[in-house]
Amino acid sequence: MIEIKKLTKQADNKLILRGIDLSIIKGETVAILGPNGAGKSTLLKVLATLIKPTTGHISINGLELKKNQVEIKRVLGYLPHSSLLYDQYSPLENLVFFGNIYGVKDIEQKATKLVKEVGLSFFLNEPVKNFSRGMIQRIAIARAIVHDPVILLLDEPHTGLDQGAISILNNVILSMKEKGATTLMVTHDFKQAAEICDRAIIVKNGKIVDDFKMEKNNVESISHKYDIQVESVS
Amino acid sequence: MNLLRTALFLAQKDLYSELKTKQILVTQIIFAGLVIVVFSFAFDPANNTTKAVIPGVIWVIIVFAGILGLNRSFISEQRNDTMQGLLVAPMEAVSIYLGKFLANFAMLLVVELVSIPFLFLLFDFKFLGSLPYFILVVFLGSFGFVAIGTFLAALSANSKNSEMLLPLLLFPITTPILIGVVQATRIILTNMEKISSAVAWIQLVTAYDIIFFVVCFLLIDYVLEV
Repeated sequence: MIEIKKLTKQADNKLILRGIDLSIIKGETVAILGPNGAGKSTLLKVLATLIKPTTGHISINGLELKKNQVEIKRVLGYLPHSSLLYDQYSPLENLVFFGNIYGVKDIEQKATKLVKEVGLSFFLNEPVKNFSRGMIQRIAIARAIVHDPVILLLDEPHTGLDQGAISILNNVILSMKEKGATTLMVTHDFKQAAEICDRAIIVKNGKIVDDFKMEKNNVESISHKYDIQVESVS
Repeated sequence: MNLLRTALFLAQKDLYSELKTKQILVTQIIFAGLVIVVFSFAFDPANNTTKAVIPGVIWVIIVFAGILGLNRSFISEQRNDTMQGLLVAPMEAVSIYLGKFLANFAMLLVVELVSIPFLFLLFDFKFLGSLPYFILVVFLGSFGFVAIGTFLAALSANSKNSEMLLPLLLFPITTPILIGVVQATRIILTNMEKISSAVAWIQLVTAYDIIFFVVCFLLIDYVLEV
């Protein structure tokens, strides 16, 4: 599904990614763990086609990233730190706009359904600028999945969410997984990672230093491995 | 086809957004109105030499009102990183450029539709030239100015001083267009006997428009990279 070989990214003479090799199969939910500045978000941005890699080879769905950007973007759902929403627009208008860009059919119906699913149907036509952080994140989740992506790229999606929104997000990821979607999730929240991910990779100084299968809800195991790789004296 | 479709969605989004917030268009129209009022006080409309000022005033309005819109065109996409939302969507960078261009161009045309008749009215100007030629010149000049301006607005949007940087980059590059359209407008409004000379200016501006529009299309991919 996703094949990354010898990926490097250099910015301002600083090597952010130092030869990443990673293979992810269809339907896997992978947590990307690591300290701040390790290169986790950069890796996600390269996969989301926002940043061009310096060297290396990436293929998604058998398509080379460099040559098939538009086709690959069609199957990606990206949720970064920012909401990517237009403040003056309502949730419905935001979802309809992005749905149209992705060529989604019956977008108004689908957008209404998604807003209902994230629990904000009463605010369907309210401008997003009046929303709280948690409400914005719920709409941002809906925006990321409006086109039924087969690959979800999530950058610290649980940050700042209340329990209700966390539960909605986890349900979205799990229901997408049931449909066969592949998820890459950058996170510092080991509890959420243990709950929804099958596999975790630990990134440190732009390299993958550990790659392991997860035991369901075993937070201690992740913490232990993380401590060995990251908290130990480097 | 997808390029044009997504560009139209983006332009529609920008225009609808403007309809809701009324931030850019109102500012542009107020600015244009102020310029016209100030010039109408500075030059006596009864004086025949005043008519010679009108081509210049028309393009002062278009250029400076245009810059007000261009400046905000890409800066508005920085809030909530919505530009990233466009860049991860299945559209080419040229679609984003084209969409922004169409929205900016449409807004500038509205400003021109409101301000130019108001200018003629306040200056008591009787239009004796060729209206189709006049519309063509205004269209071509605005097209080239907005095409280059939209590209440079994308380029300067990531700069801390983008509002200062855009005019600094834009004026030198659009100077040939501005010279051409001011000359052509002057001939069309005041001296139709020299229409062949105006046609030559129009040809120059058209060539400049096409060359820069194509160059912007080719280079926008590099400018919009995060």
